Amino acid sequence: MEKLLTRNVGKADSADIEVYLAGGGYQALKKALGMKSGDVIEEVKKSRLVGRGGAVFPTGLKWELTRKISTEQRVSPWMPREEPPSGWRAASKFIVCNADEGEPGTFKDRILLLNDPHMLLEALAIAGYAIGTTQGFIYIRGEYYREIEALEKALKQAKAKGYLGNNILGSGFSFDLMLYRGAGSYVCGEETALIESMEGNRGCPDCRPPFPAQRGFMGRPTVINNVETLCNIPSIMVNGGEWYSRIGSPDSPGPKLFCLSGHVNKPGVYELPMNITLGELIQNYGGGVKGEFKAALPGGVSSSLLTDLKVKLDYKSVAKAGSMLGSGAVIVLNKDTSIIDVAKNTIDFFTGESCAKCSVCREGTRRAGEMLARFANSGGRAKDIDLLLELGEVMYDTACCGLGQASMNVTTSAIKLFRGEFEQRLAK
Amino acid sequence: MITLMINGKQISVLEGTTIMNAAKQAQIDIPHLCYLEGLEPEYHCRVCCVEIAGEPRLAPSCVREVTEGMKVQTNSARVRRARRVIVELLLANHLIECPVCERNQTCELLKLAFELGVKEIRFEGERAHYELDETSPAIIRDPNKCVLCGRCVRVCHDVQTVSVLSLVNRGLETKVATYMENGLGNVECTTCGQCIHVCPVGAIKERSAVDEVWAALANPGKHTVVQEAPAMRASLGEELGLPPGTLVAGKMHAALRRLGFNTVFDTNFSADLTIIEEAAELVKRVKEGGVLPQITSCSPGWIKFMEHFYPDLIPHVSTCKSPQQMFGALAKTYYAEKAGIDPAKVVSVSIMPCTAKKFEAQRPEMRASGFQDVDYVLTTRELARMIKEAGIDFASLPDEPADELMGLYSGAGTIFGATGGVMEAALRTAYKLVTGREAEKIDIEPVRGLDGVKATIVNIDGLEVQVAVAHGLGNARKLLDEVRAGKSPYHFIEIMACPGGCVGGGGQPIGFNMVLRGIRGQTLYSEDRRLPHRRSHDNPSIIKIYQDYLKEPLGEKSHHLLHTKYTKRGRV
Amino acid sequence: MSKALWRAKVDEVIKQWGKVREALLPCLEAAQEASGYVPQEAISYLRENLDVPAVDIYGVITFYGMLTTEEQGKYVIRLCDSLPCHLNDSDGMLAVVERESGVKAGETSPDKKFTLEVVPCLGLCDKAPAMMINDKIYGNLTEGAVKQIFSKLKK
Repeated sequence: MEKLLTRNVGKADSADIEVYLAGGGYQALKKALGMKSGDVIEEVKKSRLVGRGGAVFPTGLKWELTRKISTEQRVSPWMPREEPPSGWRAASKFIVCNADEGEPGTFKDRILLLNDPHMLLEALAIAGYAIGTTQGFIYIRGEYYREIEALEKALKQAKAKGYLGNNILGSGFSFDLMLYRGAGSYVCGEETALIESMEGNRGCPDCRPPFPAQRGFMGRPTVINNVETLCNIPSIMVNGGEWYSRIGSPDSPGPKLFCLSGHVNKPGVYELPMNITLGELIQNYGGGVKGEFKAALPGGVSSSLLTDLKVKLDYKSVAKAGSMLGSGAVIVLNKDTSIIDVAKNTIDFFTGESCAKCSVCREGTRRAGEMLARFANSGGRAKDIDLLLELGEVMYDTACCGLGQASMNVTTSAIKLFRGEFEQRLAK
Repeated sequence: MITLMINGKQISVLEGTTIMNAAKQAQIDIPHLCYLEGLEPEYHCRVCCVEIAGEPRLAPSCVREVTEGMKVQTNSARVRRARRVIVELLLANHLIECPVCERNQTCELLKLAFELGVKEIRFEGERAHYELDETSPAIIRDPNKCVLCGRCVRVCHDVQTVSVLSLVNRGLETKVATYMENGLGNVECTTCGQCIHVCPVGAIKERSAVDEVWAALANPGKHTVVQEAPAMRASLGEELGLPPGTLVAGKMHAALRRLGFNTVFDTNFSADLTIIEEAAELVKRVKEGGVLPQITSCSPGWIKFMEHFYPDLIPHVSTCKSPQQMFGALAKTYYAEKAGIDPAKVVSVSIMPCTAKKFEAQRPEMRASGFQDVDYVLTTRELARMIKEAGIDFASLPDEPADELMGLYSGAGTIFGATGGVMEAALRTAYKLVTGREAEKIDIEPVRGLDGVKATIVNIDGLEVQVAVAHGLGNARKLLDEVRAGKSPYHFIEIMACPGGCVGGGGQPIGFNMVLRGIRGQTLYSEDRRLPHRRSHDNPSIIKIYQDYLKEPLGEKSHHLLHTKYTKRGRV
Repeated sequence: MSKALWRAKVDEVIKQWGKVREALLPCLEAAQEASGYVPQEAISYLRENLDVPAVDIYGVITFYGMLTTEEQGKYVIRLCDSLPCHLNDSDGMLAVVERESGVKAGETSPDKKFTLEVVPCLGLCDKAPAMMINDKIYGNLTEGAVKQIFSKLKK
């Protein structure tokens, strides 16, 4: 499969606009601007592209829903002191790129941002045109200093050459992009928490419905797309949605950036079709397991453990195997790993990153961590094994956002697949 | 209209209704903790979760709007299990000392645990250990009991617009705190106490003076004098087994005597006094071109709010003290003289529906008598507990009047406790001052009721007096911003910090229910109608105190004892 | 000196975003960058200019890992302990870092040279175990590599 997303990675000065242009860059934008915005969305729909950030929502549908919402002006609760809205406040809808990559095991967006920022900028301009908005943002995590710098440089270059700003390429379409930096919070990668963060609040997720497409940033319809999702757009525009839909796995078309980490010999980002199996990914690309294979988490610490190397890494197959592909952050565990230690590490992560708004996530991760700590110290209580499973069900059922809902996945799957390890650590 | 099924029953509701409100129409009260009517729902607690057919997870019914054809289950086994586990989790991090907790009669967490059938708390582990916030003279916060429902934050931000509380930190260290955790006493907290009313548990309470009052009552060397706020007589009964709105003025005086107070007066007397002074002040400002609009000053929560947020408006605020403080100054001067008691032996206690009065009593300038004018303030709740502790059968007590010297009162004094009451009382007297006659119609309906801001024009012999009333500090801002901008059309404004007026004060029976507050207010207006004197200037005890002691309104003695200054306070 | 600097940077942000609550996070980041923390004067300034209650600003600062109300060290060390790094002995690296820097996790050295924080995933999982010091990334850490890094910084 030819590389679409990482084709420029490794090229000298790949982030420079001249290199991007020489490789055919900004042709997709030109093409899109010559189409009706509704037709642009049709191509994206035909491609069957789904969100690559973990939520797996059909991108074309998301754009269409937002495009269709009436643009009755809504204002944020805190009215500005200055007079009429101008600049970014004047837009009636928004597109936001979610570059708050924070899922442990995920590092694909950083590669794209650092090496091919123009691909993202071009995609955002196309998205803005399709949805019908003049203002976009890139919410990027604050720790990504080099990537922020690369984006700032690329924004300057794109504006200077007229690919962003007023009347792009004489089309009459104006589109501006602003960077918005995060400040160290994993949960702000969740759509509604991201919006709260941008509105100057604590990054606590909101109840959905309503969805950001209906009521997002400043109460206005907002599309939020992951970096990788957007980077597929230029290829779709140039080659057509139908062409894209035939790449790789028929159920989950298109290339996927798999992040391989943990106990593998060659950790890294691998662009592959999704009809590859877990075993093939680890063996043929990851240089094999460091030691013997025990289990893997296909979607970072929010997914459940997988022990079957024959599972195909497309969304449906992984779900059928009881787990979730999500962002494609494949973390590999070898046989020397204590599964309780892994579960505890993931629960500690969620406990610290929980926004703490909802009682269930805050208190649930706290108590799960305590129970796992007892097992880790060989002082586990027998009733806690089933209590952890019950807690996992209730947290899935009632937590406000994906963080709380998924936080117990590793623990629950650890008990289901490796119950023996827990029973070995019971208090004598 | 949207049609949906709740627990198998079909109902139709307006579009935009939440599942929780729709369920009420099907006689279902979905259990909840952080949801409170009157506040924006924020789904912190997740207790109100319900099952919606076709959805993989449970949904929060307090915010989720109904859709056509929705099928909701509010009490399936899955939902009930989830609610129990959530309450278990909350209890596991809660300081459980129910037998000694002041809120054990009104605790919503305790009620939930019982009603949801929680049998055990299976999560054994660490509980957070926080220090109490005791920096405020009126309000104490105990974060060890906090369930992080966010209600106090919401009422302080959205209703009172004071904004001194917020959730801080993240993860396990999350808690409710003040700016830089400096404590309520060191930020712009107005001590209005609405946070106490909305807290579902015992995490916020008033600073208690009960022990000190018992000690004073038992001390033979002290002469205890007590005054009770206008709002008391419409509210105390609620805490003592009587229906809301029962007028208990007589029983209240009787109970206080049986508790051992040497002299039982009544704040309604000094409310009348406040009217004489304030109406005179208003007429003077109107006649001499003084600063207008004049704004009332009897709500100490409002005063502290003004000192922090609107210190530039100090010239507008009446220099009159509140009835509590006027009384306090006179108890240790006028009364002590008349009764031949050494003022150093007088212990002056007030019973208030208010937490801010505890702050007001210890303001450094409130020492006009040469001593602290009001020694202790007890809230409605505190007095009720003392009455219970003494084993007094309140409901069976006979009605007794207060001692007359500073206890006789008019209807104008009693309506102070309701929003609009001070305004109406002042206008009744102002009319006489300006025209020399009584107004034909004594009731001024447009200033009554629970609308946030009320305004009307009163015709006094051709002079069109524009007046406005606001209750709740968020509503007050609307009038104050106008004044600040120089655009206020009013001559006289009444502001009460608490929604409903004093009957909704921070020291009242626990509850954020506006209907109850309205009922208490109505009781005061009905007492007003039945009293022999309905105007402050007709009160014989008022006539007497001016004759014998004060001589004239705004005179030298009044100036010294009954008027005060304000302090510009900063922002953090 | 640093007061003037945060003020100038914050004003720049306000110019770009407007005197609105949506500018709060960018303004706080600007102040943090300029002063190494968010001074109380900056909070008051933002309270006035963006019309946001001070306690809300405090609540926002304490929510985000990269914002602080207390001064941090010249070098802020962020060592990752999320699963991929944990599987590659981030615990061992923590011990080495604590030894070499002289600071324990969660603390700032008395001479205000180092602040050490254990943080969640930095997106450097292919270089696990990894850490950041200010805006520089250090991956594939070994005991020897860490020693070298700190011997340079301590000069």
